[in-house]
Amino acid sequence: MERNSRIFALMTPPVVFLAVLFVLPLAIMALFTFRGGSFGLDTSQPWTLEHYQKFIANTTFLRVFWRSIVLSFEVSTLCILLAYPIAYYLSFHAGPKRITLLTMILVPAWISYLLRVLSWKIILGGTGFAASFLMWLGLVEKGVPILIYSPAATVITLVYVWVPFIALPIFAAIERIDPSLLEASADLGGNQSATFLRVTLPLSLPGIIAGFLFVFIPTVGEYVTPMLVGGPKGVMFGNMIWGQFMRALNWPMGSLMSLVMFVAVLLPIIIVARFVRLSDLAGV
Amino acid sequence: MRDVQFKKFLSPASIYFWIFAVFLYFPIFLLVILSFNDSALLRFPLKGFTLDWYKTVLRSHELVGALQNSVVVGVVSSVVSGVLGTMAAIGIVRFRFPGRNLFLAISALPLVIPAIVIGVALLILFRSILDVDLSLWTLGLSHVVINIPIVMLIVASRLAGMDANLEEAAMDLGASYWTAQLRVTLPIVFPALIAAFLTAFTTSFDEYAMSVFVVGTKPTLPVYMYSMLRFPRKIPVVVTMASIILVASIALIFLAEQLRRAGQNSTSKVR
Repeated sequence: MERNSRIFALMTPPVVFLAVLFVLPLAIMALFTFRGGSFGLDTSQPWTLEHYQKFIANTTFLRVFWRSIVLSFEVSTLCILLAYPIAYYLSFHAGPKRITLLTMILVPAWISYLLRVLSWKIILGGTGFAASFLMWLGLVEKGVPILIYSPAATVITLVYVWVPFIALPIFAAIERIDPSLLEASADLGGNQSATFLRVTLPLSLPGIIAGFLFVFIPTVGEYVTPMLVGGPKGVMFGNMIWGQFMRALNWPMGSLMSLVMFVAVLLPIIIVARFVRLSDLAGV
Repeated sequence: MRDVQFKKFLSPASIYFWIFAVFLYFPIFLLVILSFNDSALLRFPLKGFTLDWYKTVLRSHELVGALQNSVVVGVVSSVVSGVLGTMAAIGIVRFRFPGRNLFLAISALPLVIPAIVIGVALLILFRSILDVDLSLWTLGLSHVVINIPIVMLIVASRLAGMDANLEEAAMDLGASYWTAQLRVTLPIVFPALIAAFLTAFTTSFDEYAMSVFVVGTKPTLPVYMYSMLRFPRKIPVVVTMASIILVASIALIFLAEQLRRAGQNSTSKVR
């Protein structure tokens, strides 16, 4: 019984805190999607399905939602394609300096997100660094192709923001591969590319999935980067949620959109968790 | 021998690595260089060297005020999440109890769901349900929510590597359970506590996407910097502020990493 009182004393404060300030707000947000009135406080018709009907009928919402999913998919895939060779190189060819080099890749991940987005706003800006540099080199005349305020600018910036995070889980997964499996493949006549495709790549898959989710989830929720570099064509679902709370002041509709986003990121996690042990994904 | 090393350095894989590293570091260095550029327009070629932007930053009361708000919220939210996260970490590492897995899943969620979702959920709670004014308090509480899982992860992995027999030994020698926690366990995981504190502080200090929903009228540094980005003339000041934070945060990262390593060494010595 002493044991139980210890568990009770240790767990009660964190459990109560998270229940009140995390689980409860999410539950209220879910209830809010059924409320009438702009702030969800209209008591004349307390419960309604109108926001659900409007959401489904509004093709813009669905189009932007789908576009955000596609854009997040592009960003995550590009991050993996860029970071996989780095992780592979560090694991197999970098020798004793690998941890130092890996740390070098990880440090930018710790630098303020807003600053890193800002640096790309400056680089890609209309009168910005890339444009004026190209003009200075004489490569382009006045008519500089404007890179900023496009979905492409959002993709470039988000890849830059997230790519340092992805090298670590892939590196860890490659490091866990038993070297004797690679030798066995070579002994059985597999050349380098066969060994890579049939041994290394499949065995590093947990790291790839972890890295993918690590980028995909926050990117689905993005609204800051599109606001700074994406322009009107680069609007994402997060921007529409932001708009419902800060501009349109339709909190129940914003809650519904936020709930849709919550489910959209939770689903891949649950699906992955069914097939892969989560500790395998997180493990270093 | 040198020839071999040189060839290795020039291999396509290593060249790709260094291009990748330049891609990661160039935009950051660019910010620092531009903070010394004598022009309100951030364009190439650079004009000349100046320290004026730094003087402007130091003289701006609003910026210094925002920095103070950020530091206060960062310290308070890291301490509170440090205490709650450490308690939870001890609970889940040392004990098996009903609901443990549920707690693990829910407490990890703030790490994986988008910040905007947590932000709007807390905004609804604060404004529509509790009807409290947004302030640094609501912001700080919100930061504790996202910092608890960070602290839990760092402290739990340290606790798992620690020999639980040391607690048993202390209790056999007459210490109560809580004395053993305070006098044996906490000192051993202390480097992890510091690392967790610094990580939580950095997270809080940098948080924008959720904070903007619950911040109220007193801005933190990211909120203030973001609001200045609308004015092109102010961008060099933001860039300069950014450079200062950049250098400070890199120093903090190295400190946290050194402490983490020191912690690993000291526990292996204890063993």
